Amino acid sequence: MELAAAAAMGKFIGAGLAAIGSGAAAIGVGNVAGNFLAGALRNPSAAGGQTATLFIGLAFAEALGIFAFLVALLLMFAV
Amino acid sequence: MATEAHSEAGSALVFHPLDQFIVKPLFGDGPVQWYTPTNVTLWMAIAVLAIVALFVLGTRGRAIIPTRVQSIAEVFYGFVYKMIEDVTGHDGVKYFPYIMTLFLFILFANYLGLFPMSFTPTSHIAVTAVLGFGVFIVVTMIGFVKNGASFLGLFWMSDAPLVLRPVIAVIEVISYFVRPVSHSIRLAGNIMAGHAVIKVFAGFAAIAAISPVSVLAIVAIYGLEVLVAFIQAYVFTILTCVYLKDALHPHH
Repeated sequence: MELAAAAAMGKFIGAGLAAIGSGAAAIGVGNVAGNFLAGALRNPSAAGGQTATLFIGLAFAEALGIFAFLVALLLMFAV
Repeated sequence: MATEAHSEAGSALVFHPLDQFIVKPLFGDGPVQWYTPTNVTLWMAIAVLAIVALFVLGTRGRAIIPTRVQSIAEVFYGFVYKMIEDVTGHDGVKYFPYIMTLFLFILFANYLGLFPMSFTPTSHIAVTAVLGFGVFIVVTMIGFVKNGASFLGLFWMSDAPLVLRPVIAVIEVISYFVRPVSHSIRLAGNIMAGHAVIKVFAGFAAIAAISPVSVLAIVAIYGLEVLVAFIQAYVFTILTCVYLKDALHPHH
């Protein structure tokens, strides 16, 4: 019984730790968007052609945050 | 998986935020077999019918001055066409029908899922994995058919120092095989996370003290979801284009 309680507690602690990954992904996404804006304001005429690159960068940064979220969900509901 | 968590005591929510993703048979409560019509089947069919209505019925007139419906279809067509041409170049335009199909299906499934009481097929990894691995297999096949064995040059960076090349090749191979996984989980994860967050705030609305805040939060997050539904369809499509470009021109 005590082992089961410890396992349940570990599940929640693990899910909470995995949620830190979402914050890290937020930093990454902010970095991409901020640097794009900084570059776009310096050379606005070149910015239009780079929006595709912007979204690809955002998607890659965001995917890792989603992985962290997935780990949290798995710990909460599947393990 | 959500149902067993639902029955656990100690949950403050009236409903579980992940209950909305349960796959149910449309008729009766029998076990779900591969041929059972479920709510996923229904909403995929609605998405396909909506696309057919817009693109087949809407453009039936083939007017030179387009009607409103026809001009909407033309905007979608031009958007995807330009995206493929920009990313893959002229020889990628041959694969326009496949990429257009992917884009429209994901876009319509995402947006139809935003209706209350509806179901979002793209929130299930099973659905997006088929799309993602389909893209992976098709693109790999195109790469080998078009370039033969020289497609493997994609993994061999000829402009890197010779000592580093084997190391880079290993990393490139791993990243190539992780592509379909991240490609499908990105879409499913984004849509599922957004819908779950809306439900979490809907659960808070039952508590009188914070219900105005939570209703405002639902409105705000719904607005974000309208944006995310489009951006994820766009990202899925443009990454397909990028992978296709790698297959058509493996030497950078």
